[in-house]
Amino acid sequence: MKFLAYLVSGISLGSIYAIIALGYTMVYGIAKMLNFAHGDVIMVGGYISYIAASNLGLPPLISVLLAMAVCTVLGITIEALAYRPLRSAPKLAVLITAIGVSYFLQNSALLIFGANPKAYSPVVSGTLQLFGGQLSVSYVSLLTVACCIVIMVGLTLFTGRTRMGKAMRACSEDKGAAQLMGINVNRTISLTFAIGSALAAVAGALLCSFSPTLMPTTGSMPGIKAFTAAVFGGIGSIPGAFLGGILLGVIESLAKAYISTQLSNSIVFAVLIVILLVRPAGLLGKHTQEKV
Amino acid sequence: MKKLNLSKGARTDLLTYAGVILAFIVVSTLKNNGGLNRSQVGLLVPICCYIVMAVSLNLVVGILGDLSLGHAGFMSVGAFSGIITAMALAEAIPSAPLRLALAMVVGAVCAAIFGFLIGIPVLRLSGDYLAIVTLAFGEILKEIITCLLVGVDENGLHVIFNYNGAKNANDLNLAAGGRIIIKGAQGATGTQTIASFTAGFVLILITLIVVQNLIRSRQGRAIMAVRDNRIAAEAVGISITRYKMMAFVTSASLAGAAGALFGLNYSNLAAAKFDFNTSILVLVFVVLGGLGNIWGSIIATVVLYILPEALRGFANYRMLIYAVVLILVMLTTNNPIMKGYLASLREKLGKRSEKEANEA
Repeated sequence: MKFLAYLVSGISLGSIYAIIALGYTMVYGIAKMLNFAHGDVIMVGGYISYIAASNLGLPPLISVLLAMAVCTVLGITIEALAYRPLRSAPKLAVLITAIGVSYFLQNSALLIFGANPKAYSPVVSGTLQLFGGQLSVSYVSLLTVACCIVIMVGLTLFTGRTRMGKAMRACSEDKGAAQLMGINVNRTISLTFAIGSALAAVAGALLCSFSPTLMPTTGSMPGIKAFTAAVFGGIGSIPGAFLGGILLGVIESLAKAYISTQLSNSIVFAVLIVILLVRPAGLLGKHTQEKV
Repeated sequence: MKKLNLSKGARTDLLTYAGVILAFIVVSTLKNNGGLNRSQVGLLVPICCYIVMAVSLNLVVGILGDLSLGHAGFMSVGAFSGIITAMALAEAIPSAPLRLALAMVVGAVCAAIFGFLIGIPVLRLSGDYLAIVTLAFGEILKEIITCLLVGVDENGLHVIFNYNGAKNANDLNLAAGGRIIIKGAQGATGTQTIASFTAGFVLILITLIVVQNLIRSRQGRAIMAVRDNRIAAEAVGISITRYKMMAFVTSASLAGAAGALFGLNYSNLAAAKFDFNTSILVLVFVVLGGLGNIWGSIIATVVLYILPEALRGFANYRMLIYAVVLILVMLTTNNPIMKGYLASLREKLGKRSEKEANEA
């Protein structure tokens, strides 16, 4: 029964990673850049929903929607101001700019909200008792898993069925050719950033409900872990990000419970390294033949 | 005066050495005459360490062309192995400079061993996958060191790998008079600070000699060939793994030596200092200084390390300003119009210096 409890907590933690990783993988798929600022958008989402809920007294759902709106605008702004001018620049320049944006967001949050951690009240409270009280599952966990599945299915349908989704896939395949086919590449990339940032806001609210402390650096480690999850599942692949996120969460939770709390991140990263050695493109990633 | 007939590369190398030596003479004169205040003197050794870090990372990122996000991990290995060496030999070798040198050598060797072990899986990957795996190794090294308990007494070293947090320093069973060197998450405590600016200068010179000679050698050209076109390099018989490993291990060992110097500059040092952010910090130095440009790395390190200190007057806004500066520099240096302007400026300067050289 204990094992089951750890498994459940791992799956819900993994669902948060998966939501972040879905945003990450979409942005990576289309912009081909490591967006280190993604983790900080999560933190901004957390703060906005915190302020909306505790200072303005809005209901949880409205505060999360507000956070999504703010983060969407933030994501589009970051892309337009910092990343768009560097579209043809070397990859490393974009990476350093993303790091600059990450520092900027963290330090802005530090100035506005202060360094003291804020106590975040979960979006839903209460727990569900199963097996006569032997296994308790919080409603936050259930909500997280449900959100994650809905988002994953929604994104799969969106990229597979809709015109904008097809445009997105075309842009990630070949930007030049997509432009020749009449696709507005800049608008498509903006849309991708908008979706990724909105997902980050949802993840922010869920993450803070799960571990209720909010600091300017709250987003960085989950951001890195979610990126690891995206690579784990095969970066650019939506089901891959989902699978990678869940697996990462479960491994982390079980490692914490049975092996060592101090080394839990190391175990997660070690599994990532092994997976990449066996399957260099990740679990569900496409292996691309190198052109000579 | 007889005109020296040097290639452009050799001239740049000599100018780099001359610049570093000149800077050392100026700074140490200032220091000895009280021209620097306490906090400025405190910056000297870390700057030297970060210069070595940046130059060695440039070898991997700029010359080999692989993005490494775990360079601080090697610094960490060097720092803690160096601290253990220096503290364990405190009685055996009374001379502090000799102990420091030995600690740096041990740090370099340990980091090189880790560089080799990590290089085996890492160098099979490429691009962003390689980046994420180096990041992963950096975090793993940090957590492993956080679990270490190390002490020394007359019977030798006592080491415990405290992986589940159940043990503490008393479990080391040190004899009376023994010293605890590393205390888990607290890191190294009570270290004798034997690092000196002169040692930092010597380390920079050694780093420059190693890196610049490597770049200008046959091996260096092979490494750059791997960077420019892996397949073409393989086709002409260059062993990819061998040269990648050569650059990676050299870079790791230099970072280890820098780490040992860094570690012996502070009486307390936690492993958490060498996290992902430190790797990023060094990467920023390398990219802003120019990929593959050694003196660029040195100047960028000095400027960017001093910048946040110089902005102390702005208190909380300094890191915000730093972030904005970082973004703006990246945007302007990669702007096509600015790029064209810089190129024409460089051409003009180049022509002028050539003319001067001809006239001289």
